[in-house]
Amino acid sequence: MNHYETVFILNPVLSDVQIEETVKKFEDFLINNGAKMVAKENWGLKKLAYPIQNKKSGFYHLFEFTSTGEVVMPYEQEFRRDERVMRFLTVKLDKHAIAWAEKRRTRNKTAKA
Amino acid sequence: MATLQQQAKGKKDGEIRYLTPLNIETNTKKKYCRFKKSGIKYVDYKDADFLMKLVNEQGKLLPRRLTGTSLKYQRKVAQAVKRARHLALMPYVGDLLK
Repeated sequence: MNHYETVFILNPVLSDVQIEETVKKFEDFLINNGAKMVAKENWGLKKLAYPIQNKKSGFYHLFEFTSTGEVVMPYEQEFRRDERVMRFLTVKLDKHAIAWAEKRRTRNKTAKA
Repeated sequence: MATLQQQAKGKKDGEIRYLTPLNIETNTKKKYCRFKKSGIKYVDYKDADFLMKLVNEQGKLLPRRLTGTSLKYQRKVAQAVKRARHLALMPYVGDLLK
């Protein structure tokens, strides 16, 4: 079971309902394929450093999950098919990255609380 | 500049006077790898403001000879910056700090 992290950007013109629906769709896809969700983050509407599909901003989401290797290819295929997703990046986490993600989550929690 | 005058004055008695003073000591501050020193093990591609420090004002990666980072961490930084650029967290080109 490898540790993965995906950050994807959703089209800013979407309504909240559509956003939740897409996020839910990808999450269900992962869970149906036997992945285990570790963390979910919603960074909300952020300005892009350069226009993508001539949009100036986008909804950022982060998924952190553990899964076997075969799940990732169809998972990314799903991202490519969905036009609501402007960009996505899946990264495999090594042990230092996992430790960092752990620390980052606790820091965010303390910051929020 | 003061050292130049001193040298000029000191060499009055017929010694060979070089055009450029011999020991030009620029500020030889020992460069160190900031990642080894502060024990950072992973360069996160998600926090863009940390990566902005490692990039010049046009958004290009700073070379190791200026930052003094070791090869191992320079590669991690390069990969993190390229990922951040892909996710539009950082610009490919731009006058960001101006």
